[in-house]
Amino acid sequence: MTQPAAREQPLLSVDNLVVEYGLGNRTVHAVSGVSLHVARGETLGLVGESGCGKSTLGRAVLQLRRAKSGRVLFDGEDLTAMEGEALRKMRRRVQLIFQDPIASLNPRRRIGDIVAEPLIIAGVRDAAERKRRVHEVLLAVGLDPDLVAGRLPHEFSGGQCQRICIARSLVLNPEFIVCDEPVSALDVSIRAQILNLLEEMKARFGLTLLFIAHDLAVVKAVSDRVAVMYLGRLCEVGPSERLFAKPAHPYTGLLLEAIPVPDPDVRPAESVAIGEPPSPIAPPSGCRFRTRCPRADQRCSAEMPELREVAPGQFAACHHPLC
Amino acid sequence: MSAPLLSIEDVTVELPTPRGNLRAVDHVDLSLAPGRTLGIVGESGCGKTMLSRAVLQLLPKKAKLSGRVMFGGQDLARLAPESLRRLRARELAVVFQDPMTSLNPVLTIGTQLMETIQEHLELDAPAARKRSIELLAAVGIPAPEHRLAQYPHQCSGGMRQRIAIAIALSCEPKLLIADEPTTALDVTIQAQILDLLAREQRRRHMAMIIITHDLGVVAGRADEVAVMYAGRVVERAPTQALFKRMHMPYTEALLAAIPKLETAPHTPLPAISGRPPDPTRPLRGCSFAPRCRYAAARCREAKPELKAAETSGHLYACFHPIQMAEGIGA
Ligand SMILES: Nc1ncnc2c1ncn2[C@@H]1O[C@H](COP(=O)(O)OP(=O)(O)OP(=O)(O)O)[C@@H](O)[C@H]1O
Ligand SMILES: Nc1ncnc2c1ncn2[C@@H]1O[C@H](COP(=O)(O)OP(=O)(O)OP(=O)(O)O)[C@@H](O)[C@H]1O
Ligand code: SF4
Ligand code: SF4
Ligand SMILES: [Mg+2]
Ligand SMILES: [Mg+2]
Repeated sequence: MTQPAAREQPLLSVDNLVVEYGLGNRTVHAVSGVSLHVARGETLGLVGESGCGKSTLGRAVLQLRRAKSGRVLFDGEDLTAMEGEALRKMRRRVQLIFQDPIASLNPRRRIGDIVAEPLIIAGVRDAAERKRRVHEVLLAVGLDPDLVAGRLPHEFSGGQCQRICIARSLVLNPEFIVCDEPVSALDVSIRAQILNLLEEMKARFGLTLLFIAHDLAVVKAVSDRVAVMYLGRLCEVGPSERLFAKPAHPYTGLLLEAIPVPDPDVRPAESVAIGEPPSPIAPPSGCRFRTRCPRADQRCSAEMPELREVAPGQFAACHHPLC
Repeated sequence: MSAPLLSIEDVTVELPTPRGNLRAVDHVDLSLAPGRTLGIVGESGCGKTMLSRAVLQLLPKKAKLSGRVMFGGQDLARLAPESLRRLRARELAVVFQDPMTSLNPVLTIGTQLMETIQEHLELDAPAARKRSIELLAAVGIPAPEHRLAQYPHQCSGGMRQRIAIAIALSCEPKLLIADEPTTALDVTIQAQILDLLAREQRRRHMAMIIITHDLGVVAGRADEVAVMYAGRVVERAPTQALFKRMHMPYTEALLAAIPKLETAPHTPLPAISGRPPDPTRPLRGCSFAPRCRYAAARCREAKPELKAAETSGHLYACFHPIQMAEGIGA
């Protein structure tokens, strides 16, 4: 698909990726031809409603779920074609942080061992070296290694568990991290702490991030560019400021209107959203958003809209964009 | 203002735990008039759910409740179990964060709705069926007559919450308690569910308590907001007054920590450092003191009591209230 050839080769580029699940004799079209890229040092935010395929895309990038077709180029190499040792080596450079911090920690292992685990898998044999790395990353995420390393996950709050997960993801010195809803399960106050921490870690370790969330304000806080997904397809992608100020895709507009604003003078827009997303087992023909789109017409059901540049760096897949 | 429908008077809830006595709700006073909406806001663990369970008289067995919960002039704690059950069935309804808490996974949606309706409204089966279809339509379920035969797992999270709301509304309650009804849902579905609750509330002149940790959810929808911290109500005011001029440092911090769409990317968020105190180890002074940027010596020694602000109905519990808090989110 046509997206700007970045001046420099992007660290990650996803090219026409298709991922499906079998469900009995039916097929879930979870990701249907998504292309995007993330430049080195950039944070790309990925938003969309529950079930639109965000996690599937994230997992397919890491090859935790193999794609049906399409390519995932990481630093120029196609991960979808890699197997065995080569893939394992590559995986050291790409990490994943999950939504549910407590569930993603083994309840019977001590924090020190949990954080050291990727080092063991990667074959770091020197115990002193492992200890040094664990110490370093725990400190970096704001935990006292001497106090936490010997304790078990249940002794920690959700926010602290997410810090531990972040430490674990940093221990191999990765270049790229897929953050899959890292703050969705956290309280407002703890959420802000973790978002700040991610930003700090990114600067300190020179990371590139794919940041998945369903809260647009959260995504904007950390992202240089934002991609909006709907029912397995990309609707819109563009620089954060631009996308939020002037959304081009009707779905982006709708998502923005639905955000509750902490100001009593702003009356919530009544019934901005029409109905619920259709099933990814039988997605609508043409534009997948047409069953909920106030602008839909004949053409939208007949013809699938391709991503087109509507403003510098801003691309939308819509026959009748808002701008 | 009319006489309150609900008044929570000096309610304290204590739970015995292996670590010691846990005071989940600490001397809370609140009241709610018929047809009005009260928002209760606060961080996880601050006692929102325990307070609503105290109102419903659905506390864990070992919990100790003191104070009074007056509903329509009756003290709920003194009602005989049978009268309490009838009251809960007809006048008090609740919607939980996880709709599966109130839905039975092995019964069809139709069976669950019709059973509830028949129990409360003494209708025959065809009339109850008709009423069920009307209710499902009212909560925005397309093709409701087909839904009756389905099971909860065949519906999306948003649909399930709508069905749970339909069941809660089926008995025409005077008070609906919605405990984080949309926390598990997407923004677009959240907006629809909140609209639905507001519409049904107006139509039925029902009072409502919305519990949430998101000040954004209550801002446009509650008449009055109570902010809870560590089991206590620390600030309470008509919604407009609260957002225009909040006096509690905690309320200010909670609002500031929400990422705003207007803010440029990569702006550090004003996070609240640390976390709430261990509820089994209550602090001598203000519970917020370890995290408060205005804390002074006195805050660590004495507990600030709720006192009245200039605006009528506005209360706050702080020794060093912030005087002029312009709506930060505005
Ligand atoms: N293992 C699986 N088998 C079958 N279907 C699946 C599987 N995993 C996900 N799906 C389906 O694929 C679609 C995309 O799911 P995915 O988890 O990627 O969405 P998401 O955008 O991450 O949603 P959420 O915001 O709820 O995390 C959904 O319809 C989901 O039900
Ligand atoms: N069954 C229980 N036994 C003992 N303690 C409990 C029980 N349920 C809750 N608590 C404790 O009571 C306190 C108040 O909990 P409550 O569930 O009311 O908080 P909440 O404000 O509803 O939080 P959340 O936003 O997470 O739902 C917490 O410290 C919690 O750990
Ligand atoms: S292509 Fe048509 S249906 Fe799709 S978003 Fe644009 S206007 Fe709406
Ligand atoms: S009493 Fe003191 S510590 Fe408590 S909120 Fe007020 S200023 Fe902060
Ligand atoms: Mg997901
Ligand atoms: Mg709760």
